Amino acid sequence: MNRTEVYNQIRDFIIKNMEAFNDGEDLADSDNIFEKGFVSSIFAIRLLHFIESKFDIEVSDEMIVLENFSSVDNIANLVKQLKGRNTHAN
Amino acid sequence: MKEVKCVIWDLDNTLWDGTLLEGDEIKLKPGILDILHTLDSRGILLSIASRNNHNHAMAKLKEFGIDHYFVYPEIGWNAKSHSIAEIQENLNIGMDTLLFIDDQEFEAEEVKSTHPQVTIVLAHEYQQLTSMKRLIPKVITEESRRRRFMFIQDQKRKEDEQSFVGPSGEFLASLNMIFTISTAREEDLLRAEELTIRTNQLNSTGIQYSFDELKKFLHSPQHHLWVCDLSDKYGSYGKIGLALVEVKDNSWHIRLLLMSCRIVSRGVGTVMLSLLMKEAKMEGKLLTAEFLRNERNRQMLMTYKFANFKEKQRVGDKILFENDLTIIQEYPQYIQVVVDGIHYSQEV
Repeated sequence: MNRTEVYNQIRDFIIKNMEAFNDGEDLADSDNIFEKGFVSSIFAIRLLHFIESKFDIEVSDEMIVLENFSSVDNIANLVKQLKGRNTHAN
Repeated sequence: MKEVKCVIWDLDNTLWDGTLLEGDEIKLKPGILDILHTLDSRGILLSIASRNNHNHAMAKLKEFGIDHYFVYPEIGWNAKSHSIAEIQENLNIGMDTLLFIDDQEFEAEEVKSTHPQVTIVLAHEYQQLTSMKRLIPKVITEESRRRRFMFIQDQKRKEDEQSFVGPSGEFLASLNMIFTISTAREEDLLRAEELTIRTNQLNSTGIQYSFDELKKFLHSPQHHLWVCDLSDKYGSYGKIGLALVEVKDNSWHIRLLLMSCRIVSRGVGTVMLSLLMKEAKMEGKLLTAEFLRNERNRQMLMTYKFANFKEKQRVGDKILFENDLTIIQEYPQYIQVVVDGIHYSQEV
């Protein structure tokens, strides 16, 4: 999966699953999603499941911090970082 | 071993004598009515995993006047392990809190091979169910007695949600959810104790507190104990959450935060944390929290982390969180929050 696809997948998931984007509001990759609307605990866990299953990575407790999930950019970076680590280990 | 939250019944030669499809004369097993009634009144849910024609079997249950006891019955031609997985998902309770009763070794083995955590009882032992220790809850409250009704309300909610056309935000708004947080009173303590026993996923420590311990917190000036409940247009979910805060010199320390798994999909865990953050900030205090990480409370961990709690210290599974209260999420628009009788609404 290339970089653009990773970005698209993450962006699509957020737009489809966060209430704030129901009215077709735009989401830029650097937008802070926590400032865009209410981020519920159920959205948080679904987002985590989504990126773990979609990109076949495991996010450890230490990586679960607000900043890593606050924008499409940051989530994509997290994915990249974890993917890199996995490749390294192999 | 955990308390059993749901007993899943096979029908033919388990709940009743005879095989429905073969046109046998069907009779309920002796004493079954009492057993169903006893388990139900203890707040233990009842369900069905049976290979049968769905409508035919339901009609028979109705004829016996017991159809209303069963939530999310799975009657059809699927493997029993599949039926049990469906029931577990619908109820959103742990596999290790399910008990399955069937007369056939084959079915028992098939379920065991897929779900080793499910407790299996063979049909000839059915009369012992009501005296099994794991089927005698430590605490029985108003909420437990109403548990079945609440799941039936929930079933209706899910059906409506699935058939609702339009954005899910509008659906949530159409529920008219009211989330109420109030200082605990003595009459809430039994339910509070029960919540500490039954709640796993959305539980910050998993520590169980007895009635007497909770009562001490209630009367201690160094502690705040809150309970919360949730209602919507379908009815009340009852008391579904608990927060225990220790008041220190310059901080509030959250000793325990938990929310019932029934309301996980409503996203109110974050609302409760927002409230504690707002209150602590108003009092001019810092906010810290104790967290015991276990294999089941990842969602609660996320709830804290996404509310901007930072790990200040971690020793093994024990985490100390701290929040500088610079970022506090507002309550979502689709929910009305009432704190000790004061209404907060996002409506402009």
